[in-house]
Amino acid sequence: MAELIVYGIVLGSIIALGAIGITLVYGIVRMANFAHGEFMTWAAYLALFIVTVVLPWLGVPDSTFGPLSFGWRMLIAFPVTMVAVAFIAIFFDRLLYKKLRFKKSSAVILAMSSLGVSFILRMIILIVWGADYRFFRPGVMRPALELPLGIKIRPDQIFILTVALVLVVLLYLFLQKTKMGKAMRATADNTELALISGIDTEGIVMWTWGIGGGLAAAAGILYGIDVQIHPGMGWNFVIPLFAAAILGGIGNMYGAFVGGLVIGVAEQVSTAFLLPTYKLAVAFMIMILILFIRPQGIFGGSEK
Amino acid sequence: MEWGGVTAYLVSLVIMASIYGVFCLGLNIQWGYTGLFNIGIAGFFCVGAYTSAMITRPMPSGILANYVHQLFGLNMPFVFGLLGAAVVCGVVAFIIGIPTLRLDEDYLAIATLGIAETFRLIFNNERWLANGPQGLMGLPQPLSSWVSGRQYDYVYLVIVLIVMVLVYLLIEKGIRSPWGRVLRAIREDEISASASGKDVFRFKMQSLVFGSMVMGIGGALYAHYTKAISPDVFTPLYGTFIIWVMLMAGGSGNNKGALLGAYVIWGIWIGSDFMMDMLPDVIRDKGPYLRFLLVGILLEIILIYRPQGILGEEKKVSIMAD
Repeated sequence: MAELIVYGIVLGSIIALGAIGITLVYGIVRMANFAHGEFMTWAAYLALFIVTVVLPWLGVPDSTFGPLSFGWRMLIAFPVTMVAVAFIAIFFDRLLYKKLRFKKSSAVILAMSSLGVSFILRMIILIVWGADYRFFRPGVMRPALELPLGIKIRPDQIFILTVALVLVVLLYLFLQKTKMGKAMRATADNTELALISGIDTEGIVMWTWGIGGGLAAAAGILYGIDVQIHPGMGWNFVIPLFAAAILGGIGNMYGAFVGGLVIGVAEQVSTAFLLPTYKLAVAFMIMILILFIRPQGIFGGSEK
Repeated sequence: MEWGGVTAYLVSLVIMASIYGVFCLGLNIQWGYTGLFNIGIAGFFCVGAYTSAMITRPMPSGILANYVHQLFGLNMPFVFGLLGAAVVCGVVAFIIGIPTLRLDEDYLAIATLGIAETFRLIFNNERWLANGPQGLMGLPQPLSSWVSGRQYDYVYLVIVLIVMVLVYLLIEKGIRSPWGRVLRAIREDEISASASGKDVFRFKMQSLVFGSMVMGIGGALYAHYTKAISPDVFTPLYGTFIIWVMLMAGGSGNNKGALLGAYVIWGIWIGSDFMMDMLPDVIRDKGPYLRFLLVGILLEIILIYRPQGILGEEKKVSIMAD
């Protein structure tokens, strides 16, 4: 059981990175982004492409770091992919969502547009890469470390937790200390007031997509390192991501982080009683339960 | 292909388009007239199909019982299958509606999406319920003792068209009544509808349940047409996404538009299959993905350039005014 909780925290930190993006976009751009999971998928495949094609061609050696399952190639691919997916997110905002916003389309039309984007993105992956499962590094399973309480944890998983934590701390500092971060929080709180105060909301929207996309990219790559890469991975994350965002109070990024951990732990612990394929249904049930008891989430959301 | 083959093909095309038409009519009640954002149509599709299958099938007996499991088998006529599918889908919609209809539209979307995925998981994993991933085969077809073989499709076409027209007339009647006006008032401005003393939650719930019941009937019609159902049929792509594109293309808030959209998009969908045959082998393997990519792009174009669809919403005049 202790081991399942630890694995749950690992999965939860991946969900949290995605859920923060969902909640930021919901709070600032005012739309439910159903294509968020697809950013994760794209990140995993982009990183795979960089690690297996681009970097070998550039002559970066294929060595690994001690007990970890990856080396310099992954460390280079990681930030490059985050930036690339951030730009993909901004690109779709400019191409579609911005037009819809300017036409004063309702929030539901924006959400529907994102649903269309999610199918478009997934189909491109299927056309280019096919439907097979893939791995960053096939074969070798690294030996696990033994922790107290009989918990076995792979060094990769410690890496995942560390990266997730560092990214969340960086986001916290960005939102609290920088001018752009403060403007983002102000816009999330009250868009009209932010506009009146002279905040460039379209600029904020671009930053929001960039940050959301970048964090989703990190989540996608980390999931790829931990488990595997396949075209449906992002879509399977949509329900847990929204469940985490709603649990933490939609619009509240710290809530989304905690919500992600809760959902991750609940999903992993449920595998002790249920088939692992039901993980998604567990996330969904928690979400429905929260909607019944406390729809504004545990910590309350941003004002709408 | 000789002429008999062509007409048989056209008949099967019209049957499927009409079944999708029923789904579009159901979605039109929810989205077109009330503004409810249901993206879990596949869930109602799935439940409707399985319910009707189990109502009309006998319980497997003898050796077959070792291989085919199902929760119940009532061996009742087709009409009871349709009605049962509608009732069960209505109950499911009611349960989803309770926590979500008081909140923002997006919550209903997420909840319906979740319920659709959950149903697919349950039907896939629980063999005792409806035979797991193998699904149910050899579903009975109404009036199949009259005509046999390929000619039967003509009979089923008539049945589907009758059901579709009945559903259409029922919705038209509802939508032109005071009840329909309240739904549209809610869609346009929830706060003023509620300020006029309308119980918004109650009307939204009625719309959600009514629309989902229609979707259940659509699922039943599909099940008895293909005679075989399994969980992998009810994917978000075939079960939800394409129906949304149909309704948006035809014109939401217009029942004729909903039906037109179903026929046009299904025509394009089948037509694009023929086009794929002309492409070189390398690309043809990717055919289904390529076609869905095009449907996705079509949806984005409609949303930006023609959100009202081909027909747009027609002006509704009360039946009293005639």
